[in-house]
Amino acid sequence: MFSILHPNSVSLLAWTIYLSFAGALVLALVPGRKPALARWLALAVAVTGLALAVQGFVAGMGQGRVTLVDLRWVPSMGIRFLLAADGISRVLVLLTGLVAVAGVLFSWNIKLRTNEFFAFFLALIGAVYGVFLSFDLFLLFVFYEIAIVPKYFLIAIWGSTRREYAAMKLVIYSFAGSAMVLIGLLAAFTTAGSHTTGLVELAHAGLPVSFQMWCFPLVFTGFAILAGMWPFHTWAPTGHVAAPTAVSMLLAGVVMKLGAYGCLRVGIALFPRGLDPWGFSLIGIGSWRDVFAALAIIGIVYGALVALAQTDFKFVIGYSSVSHMGFVLLGLMTLNQIGVTGAVLQMFSHGIIAGLLFAIVGRIVYDRTHTRQLAELETMHLSRRLPFAAWAFVVAGMASIGMPGFSGFVAEFQVLVGAWNVNHWWVLAAGIGIVVGVAYTWRAMQKAFFSDLLPSAHVLEQEHGQHFGAITWPEVTGVALLAGVSLAVGVWPRILLDTIEPAVKTLLEGGVQ
Amino acid sequence: MNGFHLLTLLTVLPMVGAALALVAGKHARAVALITTFASLALALLVWIRLPINGSIGLVEQHTWAPSLGIEYHLGVDALGALMLVLAAIVTLMSVDAAHRVHHQPGLYFALVLMLEAGLFGSFTALNFFHWFLFWELCLIPAFFLIKLWGGERRGPASTQFFIYTMAGSAALLVAFLAIFVSTNSMDFPHLTLLASTGELEQMVAVHLGQTVIIWLAIGVLAGFAVKVPMFPFHTWLPAAYAEAPSPVTMLLTGAMSKMGVYGLLRIALPLFGHQIAQIRTPLLVLAVATVVMGAWAAAAQKDLKRVFAYMSVNHLGYCLLGIFALAVPAAATGTDTAAVASQSAALNGVILQMFNHGITAAALFWFVAMLQQRTGGHRGIDQFGGLRKPAPVLAGLMGIALFSSLGLPGLNGFPGEFLIFRGAFPLAWVAATVSILGLLVTAVVILTVIQKVFTGPLPEHCANFPDLHQGERMALAPVIGLMFLVGILPQLITTSVNPTVINLLAHWRF
Repeated sequence: MFSILHPNSVSLLAWTIYLSFAGALVLALVPGRKPALARWLALAVAVTGLALAVQGFVAGMGQGRVTLVDLRWVPSMGIRFLLAADGISRVLVLLTGLVAVAGVLFSWNIKLRTNEFFAFFLALIGAVYGVFLSFDLFLLFVFYEIAIVPKYFLIAIWGSTRREYAAMKLVIYSFAGSAMVLIGLLAAFTTAGSHTTGLVELAHAGLPVSFQMWCFPLVFTGFAILAGMWPFHTWAPTGHVAAPTAVSMLLAGVVMKLGAYGCLRVGIALFPRGLDPWGFSLIGIGSWRDVFAALAIIGIVYGALVALAQTDFKFVIGYSSVSHMGFVLLGLMTLNQIGVTGAVLQMFSHGIIAGLLFAIVGRIVYDRTHTRQLAELETMHLSRRLPFAAWAFVVAGMASIGMPGFSGFVAEFQVLVGAWNVNHWWVLAAGIGIVVGVAYTWRAMQKAFFSDLLPSAHVLEQEHGQHFGAITWPEVTGVALLAGVSLAVGVWPRILLDTIEPAVKTLLEGGVQ
Repeated sequence: MNGFHLLTLLTVLPMVGAALALVAGKHARAVALITTFASLALALLVWIRLPINGSIGLVEQHTWAPSLGIEYHLGVDALGALMLVLAAIVTLMSVDAAHRVHHQPGLYFALVLMLEAGLFGSFTALNFFHWFLFWELCLIPAFFLIKLWGGERRGPASTQFFIYTMAGSAALLVAFLAIFVSTNSMDFPHLTLLASTGELEQMVAVHLGQTVIIWLAIGVLAGFAVKVPMFPFHTWLPAAYAEAPSPVTMLLTGAMSKMGVYGLLRIALPLFGHQIAQIRTPLLVLAVATVVMGAWAAAAQKDLKRVFAYMSVNHLGYCLLGIFALAVPAAATGTDTAAVASQSAALNGVILQMFNHGITAAALFWFVAMLQQRTGGHRGIDQFGGLRKPAPVLAGLMGIALFSSLGLPGLNGFPGEFLIFRGAFPLAWVAATVSILGLLVTAVVILTVIQKVFTGPLPEHCANFPDLHQGERMALAPVIGLMFLVGILPQLITTSVNPTVINLLAHWRF
């Protein structure tokens, strides 16, 4: 009954979910007068979650899919409370644990309704853990929906620029995507008729090709909305910018991965034949695979170009997420071992790097300068006045542009190799995105930190008059954690690849047959 | 295999030094000096322990990420080891020269040491991923060294430097992506073997199409051409060299420019020798343009740093001339032993020239730094004069460096250039003849510099011009000594380099 008694030590992973929700509940009940207590409690929960994730990741090395909990839930419909973890889940759970800890650290200065903030925060984390560990489709969908609610409140209450608009937009997009997914799922349950909602059983149910042909694009698009696929990406930049820092980190770091994960775990694994050629082609597009690959590439290039034109520092990072998530979707559409492995690694890598970038821009810089306008930051000489932020951004920026030695390089390289094996033009188009990626990251770095503008007398006076607050320990810890992980994975990619590769192999073989 | 991991140790040492320098504050330069001294000792140890048959030795090989063809594969032959020694000497000179860094010295020396680690890594790597990692690792510190400590127009200069080298890197990355997709390997020795039997060409043809390999060759060449630099990719160089603080310029010209030439020898020729031989004529034209244009442009400059910057372009042009001259299509040479002898002479010359130019150019920029220090930042040719009187030692030693740069026999500049021309002349006599024009123009430039700076009336602001003090003499003496040593006894280097040259040529297919 209780998974902690289960002989396999991977099964402790299920406790990441319970613990996060329990933490959320406790925090909601803690009296609001003690913000320090709420902070430390949230940190304790997040760190324990990370410890469990690491433990599960290490214990799971060399193992395939491990069932964590399997309880009957709604027997009449074959719905089970089935939690399991394969290599992909374990890597993404690890990502969630890391971003959660970093998110709490960068929320250390939240003063407004601190306990409620962390309650919503942990609820969101719990739901994310739940999605990554669910192997029952219905359960997965439930967790997926639960995640929407805390997002809304976190942005609407603690957000900044046009927060109500952004929160509402995010929710509407999320629900629209969910509705598409739900229709697809109900249709799949009905068609399979096997009285089960288990992911593995459904993948083997032999759904008719004609059914997969229309159900695949529906479900895939539904999930891909949350992954920021062009042209359904517009919630992402506004949402990221409006959200408080920790929530931007979660949105870009893990919530977008929920979408990509759904695309892979549900879209591709359940409806693989939906990717087959149509039998005719229009301007070189002959299957849903071509359609989504084209949208992914447009996202990569468009996101990068728009990021290049932004005047708000946070919008640069927001649009860069759209561009980098395009690589995930492109990797998925390669349908080959190396490309899909690259996509999963890119989910992890982008989660870490985007978290780091948002933390620097939204917390370390903004909370001191109170502006995100590049034109204003340009006059502030932050490389001198906030050297920690400047050099942290240099590291994060290098990771983001895919400098070798950081996780992004290995991931994007794999995606490109996988894509090359399918269609050379995909690579050439995506390559433009990489070049523009270097340009916008570098432009932002130059303007925000290393500007050549001479300061006006007025600014110099201000500089002498007031010093920025010192960098605090949660900030240093958070930056070190995220940058260290990206560097570690970049230098020693096998630490994750050895876990991801077998899982991707099983998933692709199980699907293709 | 070797239990000692000498090359890994060599690469890690400056990184550790960089971390220490970062926290050492005022003592950062001392940390950097100790680290660079130790690095030089290790690099010399590598040189001594080379296999005598010219093959790649001190190999370390471990799996890294096999699904991506990524291996931890290190090794050096005489070419690599000579570059390690050069990088170590130039970094030591640069740290020595940089004793007036007041602004954030910890960061400055940490970046210099990271740059040294990048150089060591890229000169020892035998796997593309590994090599590329360190290649890029050099770029970042160099960019910030120009950007943060450079002269007035450092902003545009660093931007231009960054964009050019990044574009070159992108071309290299795309080419290797294509190679990996075709061969499933990124290992240089393995790819060299495939190329020498013609398999590489077939594999690329099968996977990507018949005409693709020539574009890959051009992409790789472009990547290295930016770094060397080769005309017309050189335009970033004068601004970067002039705006960088002089000790950083020493690193840029003394060591980093060699990464490009090294890349041509370690990667471009082994993998794409056949393709390079096919487009040899246009490449030779560009090499000659680099030589001649560099010399003429140097003659037109008024700023000493820009004069020496363009002279660097000119001197590395000789390396390019030698390299492209020896890439004779196989059909043209057959088994002609005279042609093989010319090829090996040219290659010996190229490698010697890499080393000698590194030492001499770094020394010249060091002297510029000293002139600047003594006159409050002046570096225009016309702003000096008559320095021979107040500073005879400085004038004498700088004169030696200048004559070395000119290629005077007995100094280190001569043997390399001589061997290049000796090899290139039979293989590409038109190109060699036109390039000799470059030699004449450089001679004029150098003599002009000597005249204007050391002779004539002493300008007012040079009235109290101090000569070299004891410390500077001590620091410069080994460098000047080395110029004589290599000039008189080039066999100190060539006895080790020659077996490697023969070994390299045996594996290249033109």
